[in-house]
Amino acid sequence: MGLPVTLAMRGRHTTDALADAAWERVVESLRDADRTFSTYRDDSEVSRINRGELALDDASATVREVLTLGAEAALASGGAFDVWRTDENGVTSLDPSGVVKGWAVDRAATLLHDLDDTDFCLSAGGDMVCRTVVPGADPWRIGLEDPHDPRQLLGVLPVENGAVATSGTAHRGQHLVDARTGRPPSGIAAVTVITRSLTWADIDATAAYAQGIDAGLWLEGRPDRTALVVWHDGTTTTVRTAPKTSAA
Amino acid sequence: MKRIVLWLLSTLTAVVLLFGYHTSTAGPASTSVVAPPVAGSSGTASGSNTSSSSSKTYTGPSTDTRWGPVQVAITVSDGKITDVTVPVYPNGNPKDQEINAYALPILTKATLASQDGSVDMISGATVTSQGYATSLQGALDEAGL
Repeated sequence: MGLPVTLAMRGRHTTDALADAAWERVVESLRDADRTFSTYRDDSEVSRINRGELALDDASATVREVLTLGAEAALASGGAFDVWRTDENGVTSLDPSGVVKGWAVDRAATLLHDLDDTDFCLSAGGDMVCRTVVPGADPWRIGLEDPHDPRQLLGVLPVENGAVATSGTAHRGQHLVDARTGRPPSGIAAVTVITRSLTWADIDATAAYAQGIDAGLWLEGRPDRTALVVWHDGTTTTVRTAPKTSAA
Repeated sequence: MKRIVLWLLSTLTAVVLLFGYHTSTAGPASTSVVAPPVAGSSGTASGSNTSSSSSKTYTGPSTDTRWGPVQVAITVSDGKITDVTVPVYPNGNPKDQEINAYALPILTKATLASQDGSVDMISGATVTSQGYATSLQGALDEAGL
């Protein structure tokens, strides 16, 4: 499984050595996350945890940080989203991919903050972090693809500072299931969530999608989110909620 | 300025593309490809000149994916990509066809959108695209973009 990672830059540092060096740090940061968390790599910490070779208490600080996020996400979604999976034989395993992608891109994006007067939009597989610091610059224009026809856009979303994540099944088949039932959700085609961090935009898009027809209702209870739910029949629901002081 | 890399959750990284990127602050797009090139990327210029002035088609290397080979061709006119086609793609079973029907059109659109400036990025369900990007890199190399 490959994710195309795209970085768009504008402003002072876009083609110079500083920009190139920052891009290399971004790529290295993503590779580092891959080495630590990939369930496809036998030598990753996650694989070692799943083989019983590494106790959770002995895992690195980054792994424990991601596991904490996973626990918060499971709690917030009533268990619809969970990094722990139990198979039909009762064997529990760790698959933090649903948290790691957003978290890793958020982490990599901070490496670009050092570039003065430079805006960027860092995208990984259709989820992105946008930053605009240049005075008078236009917002980034994020096209929202139509889950019923990926050649079409549902619309264009202007984003100055924030993160956008979309969950759906259009490109990889039914890969998302409700962790409570182990079954694909019904009635829903895609969920896009915009909020401050990609970690939470990604988690919320996935968790909302997994809840099927309850997605809109659940998103109403999440703080500081803008969300678009596309239903199976092509109708849409927009959710916008106020910031809250106490939550993720 | 736009850079692309494939971040693989299964194997190590392969492709780094650097696109010229037209923005209000960056001036006219100057498209170029930077190192490192893909190992084994050896695109072939088919040179199929179409009717208009300087339009030329470049075909990337056929790249194996878990579903079968993928090959990307780009048409370049006056230094800009005007069309992206996927002449070779896996279609062995219904699942493949589903993947192709969705993944390749969105990738084609993303390639064109990245240089025409109408949108900066596209948010959508995750695309499986290693073979696409690898072959695209070969075609871009060949085109000198």
